[in-house]
Amino acid sequence: MYGKGILKGLSVTWKRFWDTYLDDISWMIRGKKRYHSEEGIKHRSSKNTRGIFTVQYPEERLILPEEARYVPFLVYDEGAEGKKEVRCTSCGICAKVCPPQCIWIVRSNDPNTGRPIPEPTEFYIDADICMNCGFCAEYCPFDAIIMDHDFEIASYSRNVYNMEKLLKPASYYKSIRPENYARNEAERKAKEAAKAAKAAGAAPAS
Amino acid sequence: MMTAPASTTTIDLTQRFPGVVTPDARPGYSGFIVEKDKLVEVATAIRDELGFDLLTAVTGVDYLPENKMEVVYHAYKTTGGPGLVFRVQVPRVDPVEVPSLVHVYPSADLQEREAWDLLGIKFTGHPDLRRILMWEGYEGHPLRKDWQEPFYEEEVKPFKSRWPDGKFFMAEDRNPFKDNLKFPQNFDPEKWIPENDEMLYQSLKRYTVKSEDGMTTDRIVVNMGPQHPSTHGVFRAALTLDGETIVGLKPVVGYLHRNHDKIGERNTFLQNMPFTDRLDYFNSMSNNFGYAITVEKLMKIPVAERAEYIRVIMAELSRIQNHMVFVGMLLNDLGAMYTPALYAFEERELILDIFEAVSGSRMMCNYFRFGGVVRDVPDDVLQKIKDLVFDRLPGKTDEFERLLSENEVLVSRLKGVKVVDAETAVKYGVTGPVLRAAGVPYDLRRADPYSVYDRFDWDVAVRHNGDMYDNYLIRIDEIRQSLRILQQAVKTIPQGPINSQKPQYQVRVPAGESYGRIESPKGELAFYVVSNGKPNPWRYHVRPASFVNITCLEQMCIGTKIADFVALLGMLDIVMGELDR
Ligand code: SF4
Ligand code: SF4
Repeated sequence: MYGKGILKGLSVTWKRFWDTYLDDISWMIRGKKRYHSEEGIKHRSSKNTRGIFTVQYPEERLILPEEARYVPFLVYDEGAEGKKEVRCTSCGICAKVCPPQCIWIVRSNDPNTGRPIPEPTEFYIDADICMNCGFCAEYCPFDAIIMDHDFEIASYSRNVYNMEKLLKPASYYKSIRPENYARNEAERKAKEAAKAAKAAGAAPAS
Repeated sequence: MMTAPASTTTIDLTQRFPGVVTPDARPGYSGFIVEKDKLVEVATAIRDELGFDLLTAVTGVDYLPENKMEVVYHAYKTTGGPGLVFRVQVPRVDPVEVPSLVHVYPSADLQEREAWDLLGIKFTGHPDLRRILMWEGYEGHPLRKDWQEPFYEEEVKPFKSRWPDGKFFMAEDRNPFKDNLKFPQNFDPEKWIPENDEMLYQSLKRYTVKSEDGMTTDRIVVNMGPQHPSTHGVFRAALTLDGETIVGLKPVVGYLHRNHDKIGERNTFLQNMPFTDRLDYFNSMSNNFGYAITVEKLMKIPVAERAEYIRVIMAELSRIQNHMVFVGMLLNDLGAMYTPALYAFEERELILDIFEAVSGSRMMCNYFRFGGVVRDVPDDVLQKIKDLVFDRLPGKTDEFERLLSENEVLVSRLKGVKVVDAETAVKYGVTGPVLRAAGVPYDLRRADPYSVYDRFDWDVAVRHNGDMYDNYLIRIDEIRQSLRILQQAVKTIPQGPINSQKPQYQVRVPAGESYGRIESPKGELAFYVVSNGKPNPWRYHVRPASFVNITCLEQMCIGTKIADFVALLGMLDIVMGELDR
């Protein structure tokens, strides 16, 4: 019969049209919120979702997975009296690995000893050139540079971030990437313990 | 598992052409060096006597230190099996001339124009040797090793100005016009007449024809694009029309050109990985895949077992979403605005969620590393993938078919409208679903197997009519085959490390060349990389499916109605990020 295929197709659109409302109603009956709630958003990005599953940005937001990456930031640990202990040691690996070469680091020398100071004097990331590849965070040996979750950086001018703008506390790192943070901390502790054990072992011998 | 290009022992080209063909003896290289004057003759023999009917890549290389230019050809058989590499070497003295192979292998057409444009290699006998990616009047050939871009800083990355004394400056401040532009010497914009268009139209058929009864008729030239909603980006086609029938067509590309190859040669090997994401931005996972196996071949390193499975899973998920979007966009082009496209995008969203969870980004995944992948797929994400490939996607594919496959309007629009026949497709180097819809079961996952595809039970999708309807159906077939592969892969994925190498930001790549190819959703995606043992590739060339496939566009369109052009272009599934690079 001519037109059967069209009807078949229309049945699909018809079903999908009603699915949205049926899903809404079933959530209403169960007394749950399909919109503006974490549960609802999770449902709408799961395999069981039916009907329209748009997430109404900016009122609603998708839940970012831990690994989501955007322009990186520098981590500092909060020392005594709010002192910012910058983790970066100016080793330069991130600047070397960065594919579009948008990281700029100034490493200074101590005027007295002539040795390099670990903490960078200046640190710039040209966020407009950054391609969010994540290499800097991946290869930094000190977990000092971490990919951010903040993607709302539109502005009228060039986004060139300096140290002041880049530094964020370790607690922020922990809040956006709990699993990675825990893994890093465990590694750090293990390393320190190994160092301490080595020192303890070496001390009596000397 | 990569099959090495055929060696001297299996093919006696050297005996067939004594003194003309010599084996390439440089360490790390393979194939044959052919005398320039006999190139056409040898290529004809390779095609007719040896049966290498598919010339996939024509790559120019500038060996500046040796003062030589080289053109490398990769030929394959559509029946499968290893390929044949042959090359010509010419002194690097302008004009650098190499005979054109267009008449032997028409698939060389656009690629030779590209080599002329970017490297300044003149292909004598080429019927239409114009620049293709750069604008006419552009000065120099940017892929030559002694060419420098306006923002030139250093030969290779990492740049010394970044560390330890990284005083920030903006790249554009280095250029007087604050623009990534360079003008020819004595360039006067007032007096400059763009010759490009005139040349383009001359390359098309004559404007006026005289019919038998003495009537003269003008043929119209119509430009479609670069700003046209159906051209999938900034693609332009200049068409000559006789009434409504297309009698000539030239694709005009390069509007999105950013010299990916040159960027790749300034980069280190690892730094190229995120750049490959930006080629076919729908399938960054496939692009990563192609580049990773190319460099791994050169490094001669194995890939971790678990990573092989993860790679296959990601590449196949990518294929599914690509084909879904293809169908949706095709319907858009045909006038069924947005319902199928948005249905496709919904499933795509769920797949992109998975990409984001494993790689950190929805589209620019940068997920593969040499020897494996960057991070493991956590159990909850693996569960999500299982949910999709067992529960959701099979049903949604059926739903897609219910929505479209039998729709009488669609069927009568698509059925019997020729896209391309098998012979023409092979001649013009078309690969991917379009070739398979024409009846050639050529799928690199089978024909030249890589990774672990040989461990799964699946069929190469093939259709036989080569019309638009088959081109639509084959995408659905391929979605189903990908689901089959995925279902087996997620069940049998082994535990273990995800990289065979230690993470390192500077990989050591021994000198030599490598041509790695994969079956991307759009066709053959290949990378040709030459290393001279330094941290940066000496030559980095992408052979994108979209670019080579449009070589055939004119053949596909001639004789059809202008109204079919949009649909025919849609069938090729081009993406400009990959086409223009
Ligand atoms: S951020 Fe990390 S990699 Fe970059 S200079 Fe600092 S310590 Fe080195
Ligand atoms: S994310 Fe990539 S591009 Fe951005 S600063 Fe880090 S290494 Fe550079």
